[in-house]
Amino acid sequence: MTTAPRVVIVGASVGGVTAAETLRQEGFSGEIVLIGEERHRPYLRPPLSKQVLLGEWEPDQASMHTPAQADELDMDLRTSCEALGLDVGARVVHTSQGDVPYDELIIATGSEPRRHPLVPQALVLRTMDDSLALRDGLRAAHRVGVIGAGVLGSEIASAARKYGVDTLLVGRSALLTFGGVGALLSSRLIRLHQENGVELALGSDIVGSEAIRGGTSILLASGRTEPVDLVVSMIGATPRTQWLDSSTLRIADGVLCDAVGQAAPGISAVGDVAAWEDPFTGKPARVEHQSNAIEQAVAVAVRIVHGEPGTQPAPFFWSEIHGTRIQAYGWFDPVRPLISAENTDGESAGPDTAAVLLSQDAGQVRGVVGWNAPPREFRSARAAVIQAPALAPS
Amino acid sequence: MGVVVQRDACVGAGQCALVAPDVFDQDDDGLVLLLQSDPSGTDLDAATKAARLCPARAITVTAL
Repeated sequence: MTTAPRVVIVGASVGGVTAAETLRQEGFSGEIVLIGEERHRPYLRPPLSKQVLLGEWEPDQASMHTPAQADELDMDLRTSCEALGLDVGARVVHTSQGDVPYDELIIATGSEPRRHPLVPQALVLRTMDDSLALRDGLRAAHRVGVIGAGVLGSEIASAARKYGVDTLLVGRSALLTFGGVGALLSSRLIRLHQENGVELALGSDIVGSEAIRGGTSILLASGRTEPVDLVVSMIGATPRTQWLDSSTLRIADGVLCDAVGQAAPGISAVGDVAAWEDPFTGKPARVEHQSNAIEQAVAVAVRIVHGEPGTQPAPFFWSEIHGTRIQAYGWFDPVRPLISAENTDGESAGPDTAAVLLSQDAGQVRGVVGWNAPPREFRSARAAVIQAPALAPS
Repeated sequence: MGVVVQRDACVGAGQCALVAPDVFDQDDDGLVLLLQSDPSGTDLDAATKAARLCPARAITVTAL
């Protein structure tokens, strides 16, 4: 084994935790320090916009480990510990709880929600505490304004309808997007929201907001004013790289890495904060999906223990909106409409129709969407997706 | 080694049935079905990989 004795992982969400677990499973016997900024022990984020938000799960059910599982990992978990800086030459992370030297560093600090400059009072959703605050807000609300045409906006609108709250979904874009699939599912999503009673204001620029009695009035460019008693904004996220600004690492939109996740010798990055070189285009790309964070963390941990480059995962993403399960696997080209697996027009079918939709390029399947698809049909379609070329470290 | 699944945590992503089809399947709602709780050899390796990739962390591979 060529491993170093001490691996420090900054970021205690799914990427950091998966890296720690994989290091142990692959036989790493050195010290593991896991640094997390939040007060909570590691938990999963997808339930925050789903089961926790709907009140179906208590916060504990989103925990990643039982106490026994945590002990088994034999790692030094430091919660409420903020990373403040990195000295690449001295191999030291500066934190709010003192300096932490490392032999191998894994950066997994994720991303943080962008705030809407004209609606600064809007709630956001990223952490457990955010989810609980939003859940309590939805329980009391009569009319909620959700800002953001992405999948999180759709998920929150879906949750609000489950609470029976009048829901307005405001999007700057005229189209709804779904993660890496982009706007290719927009017409299905629009009909799904309409059928479930969500009022849509798409293609609407927000020009301001003001506090009114019991809530907020959102001002749209059209001149409309929309009074709501709860407002949430989900307008995207920025990678959490501020703590690295004074380091020598290359930062653009995320920590720039080679095709196997190396930012510099002895330093790797995984998950939302990492921009790995894309295997098809050669350009840096950030992929903000949970499964991407997991698979990148596995690949990096395997490389640290065994010294072999891993393989870059195909993006996989899922959601449930108004009870419809939507899954997307692979790569999607925004200018190529999806076609259904039976070669009919995939966009013309209604949202009630289960479908397997394909993104094809030169006769090859690059991506597949399951829209309430029977599990076996989605799986067999997935197996046909062309994989990324084999990787070599740069 | 033994494999345990928590069906109440499963989100039906199907990663497990894809990487370890001899150990996991899905029901019509997509929820995990365990085909063998005591796999060995390549099935055990695949089950371990499936546990890592599960987005809901609903699979545990334990020493019996």
